[in-house]
Amino acid sequence: MSPKAAPAKKIVATTSLAGCFGCHMSLLDIDERLFDLIELVEFHKSPIDDIKTFTKECDIGLVEGGCCNDENVHVLKEFRRHCKTLVAVGECAIMGGLPAMRNTIPLKECLDEAYLGGATVADCNPGRVIPCDPDIPKILNRVYPCHEVVKMDYFLPGCPPSADLIWDALVALVSGKELALEYRTFKFD
Amino acid sequence: MTRKIVIDPVTRVEGHGKVTIHLDDEGNVSESRLHIVEFRGFERFVQGRPYWEAPVLVQRLCGICPVSHHLAAAKAMDVVVGAGTGDGLTPTAEKIRRLMHYGQIFQSHSLHFFHLASPDLLFGYDAAPETRNVIGVALANRELATQAVLMRKYGQEVIAATAGKKIHGTGAIPGGVNKSLTPEERDTLLQGGGGPLNAGQMVEWSQGALAFFKDYYKKHKEFIDGFSRFPSNHLSLVRKDGALDLYHGVLRAVDADGKRILDDVDPQDYLDHFREEVKPWSFMKFPYLKKLGPENGWYRVGPLARLNTADFIPTPLAQAEFEAYRAATGGRPNDRCMHTHWARLIEVLHAAECMRDLLNDPDILGGDLTVKGTRQAAGVGLLEAPRGTLFHHYRVGDDDLIQMANLIVSTTNNNEPMNRAVNHVARAMLTGVKEITEGMLNAVEVAIRAYDPCLSCATHAYGRMPLEVTVFDAAGRLVSQRRK
Ligand code: SF4
Repeated sequence: MSPKAAPAKKIVATTSLAGCFGCHMSLLDIDERLFDLIELVEFHKSPIDDIKTFTKECDIGLVEGGCCNDENVHVLKEFRRHCKTLVAVGECAIMGGLPAMRNTIPLKECLDEAYLGGATVADCNPGRVIPCDPDIPKILNRVYPCHEVVKMDYFLPGCPPSADLIWDALVALVSGKELALEYRTFKFD
Repeated sequence: MTRKIVIDPVTRVEGHGKVTIHLDDEGNVSESRLHIVEFRGFERFVQGRPYWEAPVLVQRLCGICPVSHHLAAAKAMDVVVGAGTGDGLTPTAEKIRRLMHYGQIFQSHSLHFFHLASPDLLFGYDAAPETRNVIGVALANRELATQAVLMRKYGQEVIAATAGKKIHGTGAIPGGVNKSLTPEERDTLLQGGGGPLNAGQMVEWSQGALAFFKDYYKKHKEFIDGFSRFPSNHLSLVRKDGALDLYHGVLRAVDADGKRILDDVDPQDYLDHFREEVKPWSFMKFPYLKKLGPENGWYRVGPLARLNTADFIPTPLAQAEFEAYRAATGGRPNDRCMHTHWARLIEVLHAAECMRDLLNDPDILGGDLTVKGTRQAAGVGLLEAPRGTLFHHYRVGDDDLIQMANLIVSTTNNNEPMNRAVNHVARAMLTGVKEITEGMLNAVEVAIRAYDPCLSCATHAYGRMPLEVTVFDAAGRLVSQRRK
């Protein structure tokens, strides 16, 4: 895989914001090509390893999920600051995805339903407790797709994008080639 | 000086969960909390959607075990379309769903064992964090890593063949499934086209993984037996006759002595037996058995709990392993946190046997896919997800739109036990200490991880949870900070 006099490996960081980790799982679905991938790139800050803060600049940042709380916004801005190329991976990062279905509903109604109205809480929450504490983040009024918060360079469609598509995109980004997205990759359930 | 320690398992800023530990003036642990920091609002925003969308929508809460949500929602909607409460589907539909589910158990458990547990077992809990991850495994033991990748791949292929897609498929629909297997698909999964991806090889590799664990256990018995051990109730579904069944059954709970405190409960009646407590400092609720109340009614779910509630495993190789496992605790309920890894691997073997047997069953090629009956106003769907009992409950209006949804996901069921585990370890390790060491962080991390928590149904996905411990003095000034 690595040619002689190999240029330094490209550095990749990944994160899951308001996503379901399905896009990360799809990356894992490249299966045996994982072994090629670790020859090709170095993973920096990612759930895949223990590195939790940026200690160097990265070439590629893969972002799953949009922003549903203030921490998501903070992480996304960190990624923009430290990654040369930032890719929105999957429906949630691109459009907000399933979590954004709450955007047409006032947040209070969502909280009320979960903590006051739910079948297994309705008759046993006399104090009408709704979680709110300095130790948990603030929920945003709605879910924001990544490009409404920072500039995104590329978008990989799918829910999740297929493993092949993620692999092709990574290879293209590492080798500096353009990736043509076929029409069928835009059509997904 | 009152101190507060913050452990953020998934980094301060991007976590789905974090831990705070409060110390009193003497430096003793006064309280500890595991905070879940994610909130989606699914219960509300699914209202007004047509009921048949639920199985495809709700799985997008969790990309690690989407099949569990897909099937639990489909099971609830089976009830709604009048297809019965678990035994009403056609044999083809029931078996295709089971195959999908066991594929899911197999891939999820394999992922957990190889990607999370094996780095610890291979390199030790004190090895450098840079090597203690799945990439480290790939570099140090290519054979093990290749097996890991292929076992997960096999599970995903089974899911793709039954659900149409590896992640977020559409195979299960209210009243049945929308496809069965073609003979070619069946043959590929059975025989692997001559390669290692065949049903028999999966059984063999599962046995290999068990042997790997048992060898480790022999060498580290004290740690595996003693770490973060505390009594609790245990809950799961079991088949009517007491067999382990991950797809369907009745609810059973046993207490710390093995006494049945809930038995033979139809999932449709779950509301008579379960309630949840809300606490202000976590978005995750705290479920409990109603008759025992929040203080005593909490319980564990997952592999450890399942092997405590079930009487036997209905496949021979896993049953033999189960007997040895049971003997290790003299037949008493197993409350040894680290034995969860052992229980999980026994389930991997069971899943491999189930997949093999189902693939050899001609029903999975059948064409009779759905049934329909008298439309009902509500339905409950329960199953044993990789991490434990998963509850879905919906009410649907005459206009076919969802009016109410209530979910209790596996990790939520383990909320109280995980908090207890953190508290237990914190008391043991941190009481009266001045300086926080790496070893203390490790201990807290290992205790949480044994539950394989899927915080947002997920954070542990690939590797180890980064930890950060911060000690503040009473005035909120930083005293000491440690990360790894
Ligand atoms: S795009 Fe789909 S797979 Fe990816 S995080 Fe969102 S829901 Fe999950």
